[in-house]
Amino acid sequence: MASEHLSKQYDTDLESLRSRVLQMGGLVEAQILTAIEGFTTGNRALLEQVFNNEPRVNGYEVSIDNDCSHVIVRRQPAATDLRLIMAVSKTVTDLERIGDEAEKIARMSQQIHERDRLQVQRFAEIRHVGNIAVQMLRQALDAFARLDAAQAAHVVREDVTIDDEFRSIVRQLITFMMEDPRTISSALEIVWIAKAIERIGDHSKNMAENVIYIVKGTDVRHTKFEDLEREAKS
Amino acid sequence: MNAAVLQDVQEAALQKIVVRHLDFHYGRFHALKNINLEIPEHRVTAFIGPSGCGKSTLLRTFNRMYALYPNQVAQGEILIDGENILAPGQDLNRLRAKVGMVFQKPTPFPMSIHDNIAFGVKLYEDLPARILEERVEWALRKAALWDEVKDKLKQSGTSLSGGQQQRLCIARGIAVKPEVLLLDEPASALDPISTGRIEELVHELKSDYTIVIVTHNMQQAARVSDYTAYMYLGELVEFGVTDEIFIKPMKKETEDYITGRFG
Repeated sequence: MASEHLSKQYDTDLESLRSRVLQMGGLVEAQILTAIEGFTTGNRALLEQVFNNEPRVNGYEVSIDNDCSHVIVRRQPAATDLRLIMAVSKTVTDLERIGDEAEKIARMSQQIHERDRLQVQRFAEIRHVGNIAVQMLRQALDAFARLDAAQAAHVVREDVTIDDEFRSIVRQLITFMMEDPRTISSALEIVWIAKAIERIGDHSKNMAENVIYIVKGTDVRHTKFEDLEREAKS
Repeated sequence: MNAAVLQDVQEAALQKIVVRHLDFHYGRFHALKNINLEIPEHRVTAFIGPSGCGKSTLLRTFNRMYALYPNQVAQGEILIDGENILAPGQDLNRLRAKVGMVFQKPTPFPMSIHDNIAFGVKLYEDLPARILEERVEWALRKAALWDEVKDKLKQSGTSLSGGQQQRLCIARGIAVKPEVLLLDEPASALDPISTGRIEELVHELKSDYTIVIVTHNMQQAARVSDYTAYMYLGELVEFGVTDEIFIKPMKKETEDYITGRFG
C-alpha cells in the first residue's frame, strides 16, 4: 500500500482501521500474558483484571466490524483495499476468540487456585508454551502492521511447534494420571489450559494467513505449508 | 479464482473479436498504441480507464465509426469472426448492421417510437409489414421497453424519459439483429433505476450478443462484465476476468486506478 488514495479521507479511514486492529491485538496479548501470570502465581487480582477487560475485547470486535461495513458501503473497495477489509473482519474474529481463550485460562486458574488442590504442577511447561503462543500472536500482528508476507509464513510454521508442545504436555499429564488417579481432575484442568494456548496458536496462524491474502491476493488457508511459503515469497 | 468464473473462462473458447497490433491516429495524435486483445463471444467485456485513455476510440474502431472523419486512421488488424474489418473494400453498412452501437446520450430519431425501430430494419431488410411489426415488438420486448410503450407506439421517441430513450436506442440497435453490441457509456446520463434496467438488459442480452461496454463507473464494470480491459494513455495495460481484475489485478497501474490511488 505504497501510494495514497485520491481521497485523503479514504486513507484516514483505512489507517484508522489498521491501527485499531493493532490496539485490539495489544489488549488481547496483554490478556494472555496476564492470564498465564495469574495461573502460575495464583494472583487473584490479575485474574480479575482478565475478566474485567474481556468486554473491551468484545467491544473492539463489534466496533471494528462496524467500521468495515462503513468502508464497504461508502467506498466499494477493490483489489488490495477489498482484501484488507475482508482480512480485518476475519482477523478481529480471531482476536476475539483469542480473548475468549485467555478468559478460559483465567477461569480455569481461578478454580484451580480456589480449591487449592494442585497436585500436578506444570507451571514451567505452560509458561513456555504460553510464551510461544504470545510470540506467534505478536509476530502475526507485526506482519499485519508491516504487511510482511514472509514473516506471516514464519508464524504459520511456528504453529507446528506449539502443537508439538501441546502433545508433549498431554503425554506427561497422562503419565501422572496413570500413576496416581488422584491427580486426574487437577491434570485435566491443566490440559484445558494447554488446549486454550494451543488454540491461540491456531488463531494466530489464521491471522498470518490473512496477511498473506492481503499482500499476495491468494487464499492460502487449507493449503500445504510448502505451497503457502512459496506463495508468501513469490 | 472462483470456480464458476474459471469454468466460464474455459468454456469461452470462441473469440468474436481479435485485435492485433492496432494503432490509431487522430491526425498526428497517436491515440491507440499497439493494442492486442481477444474479445470472447457471448460475454460482456468492459473497457475502463481515465478520460482520454483511448477506450472509446478502441470501441469506435469495431464498427469503423471513425471512418466518418478523414483525419482518423487505424492501422493493424481487427478480426471479427476471422474477417479483417480494416481491410480495404469492407462494406461499412454491412459491418454496422453486424456491429451495433449505443451512445452515451440517448439519440432517438425525431420520429415515432415505432419508426425509430423500423427505420433501421427497413434499411437492411425488405420485410412484409406483418413481419416488420413483429420485429419491432420483438426488439422492444428484448430491450425491456415493450410494456411501457406498447400503447403509444405512434408517439415521438423524444417524448420518452432518458432511461426509456436509451432502451429505445438499444432496441433500435438490436432490431437489425447484430452480432456485436457496442455500448459507449450507455448509463452515464441515467438515474440509478434506469441504470439498473440497462445493466439488467446487458445481462440478458449477452446470451445472444457479444457486448463491449465502455464505462467510467468501475462498479458498473464490476457488476455487468465478464472480462475487463484497463487502458491508460492509449495502451492496453491489463486484460482479464473481471473478478480477478477487481480482486487481484496483476499490474500495479491497474491496482492504483481501480482502488482510486495516485498513479
